[in-house]
Amino acid sequence: MSEVKEIKRTFIDGVRENLKSFGLPRLIITAFLLLMFIIAPFTGANFWVQITNVINRFSWNAVLVLAMVPMVHSGCGLNFGLPVGIIAGLLGATLSIEWGFIGPMSFVMAIVIATPFALLFGLAYGWLLNKIKGGEMMIATYVGFSVVSFFCMMWLVLPYKKPDMAWGFEGTGLRTTFPIDKYYGGVLSNFLRIQIGRLVIPTGALLFFALLALMIWAFLHTKTGTAMTAVGSNATFARAAGINVDRIRMLSVVMSTWLAAVGILVYEQGFGFVQLYNAPFNMALPAVSAILIGGATANKASITNVIIGTILFQGMVTMTPTVMNGLINLDISEVLRVVVSNGMILYALTRKTEATR
Amino acid sequence: MNNKNKTASGKLLNLLGNNAVPIMFIIIIAFCIPISGFSSLFLLNEIMTRLSRNTFLILSLLIPIMAGMGLNFGMTLGAMAAEIALIFTSDWQIWGIPGIVLAMIMSIPISAVLGLVCGKILNAAKGREMITSYIISFFMNGVYQLVVLYMMGSIIPIVHNNIKLPRGYGVRASVDLTRIRKALDNVLSVNIGGVNIPVLTLLIIAAMCLVIVWFRRTKLGQDMRAVGQDMEVARAAGIDVEGTRIISIVISTVLAGIGMVIYLQNMGDMATYSSHSQIGMFCIAALLVGGASVDKASIGNVFLGVILFHTMFILAPSAGAKITGNEVVGEYFRVFVSYGVITVALVMYETKKRRAKAGMGAQLAAAQQEGDKR
Amino acid sequence: MSNQVPLLELKNIKKDFFGNQVLEDINLTLDEGEVLGLVGENGAGKSTLMKILFGMTDIRDTGGYGGDVLLNGQKVLFNSPFDALAAGIGMVHQEFSLIPGFTATENILLNREPQRKSVASEVFGERLNTLNRKEMSTQSSEAIAKMGVHIESDMEINDMPVGHKQFTEIARELSKAQLKLLILDEPTAVLTEQEAEALLDSIRGMSKRGIAVIFITHRLQEILNVCNKVAVMRDGVLVKDVPAAETNISEITRWMVGRSVADTAQDRREPPETETIMSIQRLWVDMPGETVRDVNLEVRRGEILGIGGLAGQGKLGIPNGVMGLYPAGGKVIFEGKEIPLNQPRACLDSRLAFVSEDRRGVGLLLDESLEWNIVFPAMQIHDKFLKPRLGGLVKWRDEKAIREVTARYIDDLKIKCTSSKQKAKELSGGNQQKVCLAKAFALEPNFLFVSEPTRGIDVGAKALVLKALEKFNRESGITIVMISSELEELRQICDRIAIVSGGRIAGILPASRSSEAFGELMVSSVV
Repeated sequence: MSEVKEIKRTFIDGVRENLKSFGLPRLIITAFLLLMFIIAPFTGANFWVQITNVINRFSWNAVLVLAMVPMVHSGCGLNFGLPVGIIAGLLGATLSIEWGFIGPMSFVMAIVIATPFALLFGLAYGWLLNKIKGGEMMIATYVGFSVVSFFCMMWLVLPYKKPDMAWGFEGTGLRTTFPIDKYYGGVLSNFLRIQIGRLVIPTGALLFFALLALMIWAFLHTKTGTAMTAVGSNATFARAAGINVDRIRMLSVVMSTWLAAVGILVYEQGFGFVQLYNAPFNMALPAVSAILIGGATANKASITNVIIGTILFQGMVTMTPTVMNGLINLDISEVLRVVVSNGMILYALTRKTEATR
Repeated sequence: MNNKNKTASGKLLNLLGNNAVPIMFIIIIAFCIPISGFSSLFLLNEIMTRLSRNTFLILSLLIPIMAGMGLNFGMTLGAMAAEIALIFTSDWQIWGIPGIVLAMIMSIPISAVLGLVCGKILNAAKGREMITSYIISFFMNGVYQLVVLYMMGSIIPIVHNNIKLPRGYGVRASVDLTRIRKALDNVLSVNIGGVNIPVLTLLIIAAMCLVIVWFRRTKLGQDMRAVGQDMEVARAAGIDVEGTRIISIVISTVLAGIGMVIYLQNMGDMATYSSHSQIGMFCIAALLVGGASVDKASIGNVFLGVILFHTMFILAPSAGAKITGNEVVGEYFRVFVSYGVITVALVMYETKKRRAKAGMGAQLAAAQQEGDKR
Repeated sequence: MSNQVPLLELKNIKKDFFGNQVLEDINLTLDEGEVLGLVGENGAGKSTLMKILFGMTDIRDTGGYGGDVLLNGQKVLFNSPFDALAAGIGMVHQEFSLIPGFTATENILLNREPQRKSVASEVFGERLNTLNRKEMSTQSSEAIAKMGVHIESDMEINDMPVGHKQFTEIARELSKAQLKLLILDEPTAVLTEQEAEALLDSIRGMSKRGIAVIFITHRLQEILNVCNKVAVMRDGVLVKDVPAAETNISEITRWMVGRSVADTAQDRREPPETETIMSIQRLWVDMPGETVRDVNLEVRRGEILGIGGLAGQGKLGIPNGVMGLYPAGGKVIFEGKEIPLNQPRACLDSRLAFVSEDRRGVGLLLDESLEWNIVFPAMQIHDKFLKPRLGGLVKWRDEKAIREVTARYIDDLKIKCTSSKQKAKELSGGNQQKVCLAKAFALEPNFLFVSEPTRGIDVGAKALVLKALEKFNRESGITIVMISSELEELRQICDRIAIVSGGRIAGILPASRSSEAFGELMVSSVV
């Protein structure tokens, strides 16, 4: 009898322990999202359409969130400098189109062309971050901004000619937004697409994310990947074990930058448009808060965190407008998104996020 | 002799190194002035306008730097408080000097509360103040939108339809401040050789500078400097570290609020949802251009910064147009420069912090060699 | 004098940290103007005693103390250092507590600045009083004059030589009007000879003014020069309390290190007379607080060499410098080949291993599993516990091999844990230390540095750790250099012991020599 009690208690303790590690903000967001799903049908929104929306948004954004993982693992902190990689991706996108690639080939070539840029930018960015260990997050933010604003000039000045992208009349400079139906719009989402009633699954895009996630997962199981985790966990320990900490950090930054470059291409193929100029400014914070919502801390992040975080975050973003509109005819979803995503980052910053010493 | 020369040239290098940013700006400006083709009278007038418009806002950044909390990206909170105050005074149709004074007074309690919250959060994120205050400004922007876009007109009474959105609640994207436009600037203003000088505004700024000078000599100012340099030592000496830090942020936010009212009365028009969003970045960039760093800033830096930064701001679009044939390039260029300056200043601050730690080893090796000679 | 109530009286002071007795029945009196020299090895209980006297909060947090502290015959109980300060006790700590960008005057009067009221302060409260700079400089000059050593009162701390920083701290205490008793914790450690002499003069001056001084130092000559009496502590007991005039250095040394129990080092083997395996030449190491200067040391193959010495003298700097963890210079020759300094990887590749004294900072991945902690260096250095995948292109972690080897070490070293997946931070100090040893053993080194292997672990674990080291040496013939603050521990398992003093090797003796001989070396050239 007492034994049963004992087991029961440990079970409850276990649940409590799990809840604690799950974290209060995450719990609130999950509960909120569930509530949205329950309310949604009453507001006239179709359940399957809602699910489709969430899956769709997930498939656009998941790779960008995945781009957080390597840098978090090596202890470089949350990658507020995501725009650096995004710019590399945009260079790949625009050059691929400029050079006349179309259809799926333009997507492949965009990745191929973006890769050397991502490597180059990643090396420079990593070199800088190694110079300023401890102050990464603030400087990463501003490095990202500087690069984006520099490329604002470049988009105008570089001699792009393709009429689909460039301003028609003046002949110089790229447009702020242009559609890519002719090129790689929907190239992943439409691949092996499954449609059951009103539920649509963008299989190709999900598979592509799965492939990249698998690569990262596998990398973290190799010798170098193990070293990367150790550097993030305790850099001094890693140094004492003969690891070249700076080189590992550099590698992680290059990986994150490349993933961000690929991530923006995946985002564009889902979204159907390329957005230049100021658009990359607003890409970093949602990705950062998504991975935090998924349960990552400033130096621990897993693939699971990426998946859960992206679903919760994108779920919140897509569900709230429909539900709120249907319910009280008031769309406060934008405000909610700003408050929740930044609130989540604030929550993480005010925790003791450094490794236990 | 030789040695002396070395230190003299070393000092010169140091001087250049420490003032690299202002010097760079002077060069850019010297390069742009002839290209832009602006008359000196036009430039002087513009600079005078910007000086009276922005200086007070930038002064609000000085106190947190003194308290070791870095660049206060949370000054945006004060700007929001000022905007809320101005929405009310406009709705109550109190214009002119009374409107401005009332807006200033009303902004103070709102700023103080926001500053208190910000200070408390920053105390929980010691060592990461800047990124945290930066995120706080985004977070509070969300809250601001909630209040201004949804609660004003529905919960909080707003009467006039030229402020309210047609749907019946929420404030329009732009609030017309024509009737307080330059109300402050025009008092006692004089015109010297074609340059319009807003004497009262400048007097207010001068008074604020004196207050800051005086503040540095108070007990509180001394405590802030102590806390800014070493929290543990200050705590051991019995100084209330957390409280002092909060006070510094509250003061900064309140000053930013008052500064924002001055800024907006000069503009004569308020973009309800975007006026505040860039103000922090531009103020910080201007301060850094004036030669300030993350841990050290003076009133001189503020004035030099306003003049250099805004001269560049005025020149960039037309210089850009002349060079590339596209005016927008110049506009992007000045945004790039603002971000670039902040990045460079942050990098310099971090590398300096790290360099200070090294250097002992060389001494040891030298001491050993010294021993050999003997 | 005798019928007067003493200024300070300590009665039966006792203190334990979680059952570990660190102070036993301390009785001590001090009269006005008397100077007491307090000596003892590290860990003898000096600093704990001073913490009690100064009301440090960590004493209260760990359960308070037994016995009474009487000040002027009145029983006192300090809840915080501020209480102690108010009662007239001042303390100058080893670490400076100064604001670097402030002048000496500003530091001396920190948070006690004379102020002037103004209109603003009437409205907004006292913190808006302006500082009275003139009065500040008068008060600080007075304090400096009282000290008898001249320092520039308007010089910034940043620009001062170390000695002057120390004097600024002392002046700060002297500027407090209520000061009756001043505790100086190793104040001369950072001073040049001349400055130290000046400090001794100023202590004499304070004594004349009726201020009692407790002077803690390892420089015994200073004690004889300036103190009225000497108190010697050892293992938490006050072993001697005698007038300074009635004793001498060698007697004090004997009291400091002498063990009441019989010599613990028994059935010791003869130190092996083998060839040199590692030769350290002219090594300097910049390790904060453990600076090494010009060290020459020969380590023989197969021996256990102990390195001892007082804290802060540089013994920890030697392994940390050789292994590349702190900036170092000089020459290290291992097995006839020179090892490049400042490159941890090069040392590990030559089959050297190091168990750091900083377990939590350097030794462990606290947030990771035992498995990771134990195999990580071996995996990275020797490519062990890896499986080739994709034709050797990818080196995949071999979880099975990792689990097996971890299980073996858990058995061998009796590591108490729930599983090999448990996180390192959840283990006790002793078990963490064993994990650190396992990590080093897994590297299969030819040469092992072990730094403070028994620091902060309980007696049982201590014995186990020492035994494991001895076994490792005897069975595999691995050369071990063990650094420890506890002389007795070194004498227990080492063949020879080198004593570091003032950043240099003061001497190397066979472990069989008496404690006193080592004690004399320890205090020989203390900085």
